[in-house]
Amino acid sequence: MHHVTLDTWSRLPSPIHRLDPRAKIAATLAVLVSLALTRDPGGLRIGGYFALLTLLGAAARVPLAGVILRAALVLPFAGGVALLNLFGGDPARALGLLAKSFLSAYMVLLMLSTTPLHALLRGLESFGAPRFLLMVMQFLYRYLFVLSEQAQHMMRARDCRGGRRSFAAARGAVAVLFARSYARAERIHHAMLARGFRGHFQLLDPPALRGADLLYLLFIAASLTALHVSLWNH
Amino acid sequence: MEPLIRAAGLRYRYDDGAQALNGLDFVLYPGETVALFGPNGSGKTTFLLHLVGLLAGEGGIEVCGLPVEKRHLPVIRQKVGILFQDSDDQLFMPTVFDDVAFGPLNLGLEREEVHRRVHECLRQVGMDEAAARAPYHLSAGEKRRVALAGVLAMNPEILALDEPVTFLDPPGRSALIEILQRLPQAKIIVTHDIELARELATRAVFFSQGRAAASGPVDEIVGRFQWDTRTVTR
Repeated sequence: MHHVTLDTWSRLPSPIHRLDPRAKIAATLAVLVSLALTRDPGGLRIGGYFALLTLLGAAARVPLAGVILRAALVLPFAGGVALLNLFGGDPARALGLLAKSFLSAYMVLLMLSTTPLHALLRGLESFGAPRFLLMVMQFLYRYLFVLSEQAQHMMRARDCRGGRRSFAAARGAVAVLFARSYARAERIHHAMLARGFRGHFQLLDPPALRGADLLYLLFIAASLTALHVSLWNH
Repeated sequence: MEPLIRAAGLRYRYDDGAQALNGLDFVLYPGETVALFGPNGSGKTTFLLHLVGLLAGEGGIEVCGLPVEKRHLPVIRQKVGILFQDSDDQLFMPTVFDDVAFGPLNLGLEREEVHRRVHECLRQVGMDEAAARAPYHLSAGEKRRVALAGVLAMNPEILALDEPVTFLDPPGRSALIEILQRLPQAKIIVTHDIELARELATRAVFFSQGRAAASGPVDEIVGRFQWDTRTVTR
């Protein structure tokens, strides 16, 4: 069974991993808003944000190079808009756009790599995200691995019988996978009904935030305030 | 002694026209463990689905004195715990804890009672260390034991197990059999595994073409229907 890298990282032991997902979501939102409100971040501010996020990543003991490389994947997308600004004669803004895009992705990736998806979805629910949508995401994630394994088995079976890779074969495989997924969905529904499901998911109330969560939020708020104050002074 | 399950003249035809049950008569008494033998497609799994009203055919079926009708389903689904053949169908929640808690939460139990039941049932199956793990990180044997814990958390009077040792390696199979031997509930076990039936069952019923063709001690039924490898190699 193969698991996505972020899923593996999200289960590492660290003080940041142990924080309540609501605190991590709130901190991420705060950083994203702070970045959005920073009009033209100079090199100093970019360095400040980068240092803050890298400090968080180090405290979380996640592979920083891996997180940074993944965050850099947003640069080609932000690059188009940055180029427009560059050709429009505003290189500082172009650089700022690239930096803000990268730093936003960096923060989101830090949250994802320190919070298992189920905890993240539960945290999002506390912030008012629609429960039905979150449940669909949860089921999709849960069965993505099962589906991907089935696809791998089918490919192996095809290769063993000398099958060739073609659009027609892929089309047939997708159809079979769809039919199997449909049958599995029915069996899952049966399993849910058999344990008393009546159409609504009942969940345990989340526990209250702890001192460490509040400290984390305070630290993020203080750091962001310091970065903004330094911007005004600048 | 009043039977826990009584089915009389049960008939069921699938949408594709296959007659899965064709006048099935069956009884299960308290303390019994009954192995259901029979060829694929003889109606064994279809019968299990009737026990909790997931399929509804013609004829009579009662569980703990209650006819299997819509108004009794919440009670019946608490009294009959079904372990499905594929554990991935049954473990749909993001963590082991959430999955085992699914049934108790649907019963409307208090938070403390849910926690108590989850930990007690996980301990019963030797998986209390795995509460925070994701189901897709478990081995086949572990998944089966967690699925069983989810069923036990409903505090059922009857366990209906559909091929419980399929896909398990010998240690996983032995561990599950040991756990099942300790459980006091009456059991119906759909299986092709004659050794399993010998170890657990007090009686066997042979299904053929949607009917109970015979009932008796395991070895008698196996001998009468030559339901072992000799039938294949003959």
